[in-house]
Amino acid sequence: MGLIEVRWHGRGGQGVVTGSNLLARAAIQEGKYAQHFPEFGPERAGAPVRSYTRISEDPIEIHCGIYEPDVVVIIDPVMSRYTKDYCYGLKPGGDIVLNYIPSGDDEVVRWTRNNGYKLHAVDARKISIEEINREIYNVPMLAALLRVKGFCKMSTLEEVLAQRFKDKVLEMNLRISRRAYEEVKTIVG
Amino acid sequence: MAQVQRIAIMGDEAVALAVKQAKVDLVAAYPITPQTIIVERLSEYVADGELDAAFIQAESEHSALSICVGAALAGARVFTSTCSQGLALMHEIVYAASSMRIPMVMTIVNRSLNAPLNIHCEHGDVMPERDSGWVHLFAANVQEAYDLTFIAFKLSEREDVMLPVSVNLDAFILSHSIESLIPISDEDAARFLPPREYKLALDFDNPITHGTMALPDTYMEFKMQLKEAVERAKSVYPEIVEEYARISGRKYWYFNSYMADDADAVVMVLGSTYGTLKTAARELREKGLKVGVIGLTMFRPFPEEQLVDALKGVRAVVVMDRAYGYGGLGGQLYTDVVGALYRNGIRIPAKNVVFGLGGRDFKLDEAEAILKMAAKGARDGGFDTHVQWWGVRA
Repeated sequence: MGLIEVRWHGRGGQGVVTGSNLLARAAIQEGKYAQHFPEFGPERAGAPVRSYTRISEDPIEIHCGIYEPDVVVIIDPVMSRYTKDYCYGLKPGGDIVLNYIPSGDDEVVRWTRNNGYKLHAVDARKISIEEINREIYNVPMLAALLRVKGFCKMSTLEEVLAQRFKDKVLEMNLRISRRAYEEVKTIVG
Repeated sequence: MAQVQRIAIMGDEAVALAVKQAKVDLVAAYPITPQTIIVERLSEYVADGELDAAFIQAESEHSALSICVGAALAGARVFTSTCSQGLALMHEIVYAASSMRIPMVMTIVNRSLNAPLNIHCEHGDVMPERDSGWVHLFAANVQEAYDLTFIAFKLSEREDVMLPVSVNLDAFILSHSIESLIPISDEDAARFLPPREYKLALDFDNPITHGTMALPDTYMEFKMQLKEAVERAKSVYPEIVEEYARISGRKYWYFNSYMADDADAVVMVLGSTYGTLKTAARELREKGLKVGVIGLTMFRPFPEEQLVDALKGVRAVVVMDRAYGYGGLGGQLYTDVVGALYRNGIRIPAKNVVFGLGGRDFKLDEAEAILKMAAKGARDGGFDTHVQWWGVRA
């Protein structure tokens, strides 16, 4: 594994920054090197926000933004439907992870294929509502990412979640992330 | 040396952890923007009983630093942190602290000064304190921000130094980013930094005066002593980093250097940009371009002899400043380097690149362009201009 760069999209309040943060923590927990940094500006609930993760087997010394990510994760289900708008700079052959499952004739499937990208999808919104009657996207989307890209083991994510959350919140996050891990599908491989 | 696993930690939290392990007696700070998570974590450590210290929430940064001065005179090990406007408000006491020879450590999370309102990464906040008689150290990454905090306390409290020390780290890029860290053990921290001893501590039974008035017949002698102490900070620094290397396995020096030894051209910088330049230089070296990078860890006192020595054989330098001396000859690091080269008889082309003000990102391809610019300067025997503001829209 060379240097991997991930860009996260979502809305203020959805835990975009926490998703990226937890990925970096899980990677470091496994002995890899990682960086996580959010994008800074005025913080407003509902506004589009981005966050970034770098992972590598070697020390990461670079300190600048990510402009050509290997992976784009869109954790907001509505923004996920505007896939193209959030994939700028995505490396050729790069991976996209969406929070809704497009049907076979969805335009995004054709677009992804035509551009040579890979498309992975999980309905984290549905899972979250069914399991815990809440809308928590970041942790299940991270679990889905780990399943399709294998950056870290799911058990490592669970350890990191246990460091971060307690009791009921931990149990809820574990439940939805395990189901997202099982249900994520590769639509365009 | 104990083997400890790498942990994931945010820059601010890494500094707070080091301050906790340094067992400070007092933290004074003013808590609103542009304050950082450093003091937030320290207040939690104190509230949770993990750090046995007084946490004083001051009514301004001016007061926060004044409280630190007073507590240090009573013999306490003290810490504060600030940035941007907060540091500007401390300015008066910054000078008092060094001239009164107050050992303390202040973390400066480098951010721009108003106006326009911004608070993103820039070194423009610390530069007004450059000539204050503080020792100014710069971290290139989160690990360095942590390690330099211990080194700063040790240097600050040495009896032959007795000066305040700032540890600078780039706002957001390091302060709010998660990286991996190898901490030292609490036992090693305690061995490296035993409780502070201060023979001149304020004592009701043996009253003495600190911060006295000094009229024209004595003022210059006070200032001469300050000058000498700052110079001693430079000469004793190698002993301290050597001792720290023994417990941590990480050896610090006046600067980080990547392949500067045999380089035709070198790019110099302060802060986290060192790593970006180093990454770009590694790629260019593979393509046969003989470039090197120097990132200063110690900015004040200025490591003149060591830098001049490192630049022997180098044919051109580009000095990058994330700040500017308006109306002067360029950025602050540039004027230092040019002065050092001139008075040591080294007449090589030197160009100043001013970049990243107010947090403007400096990307890997830009680092590559700057290194190539330096290499071209070495080839051509000169540069097109003295100072270039990098990446500014027309």
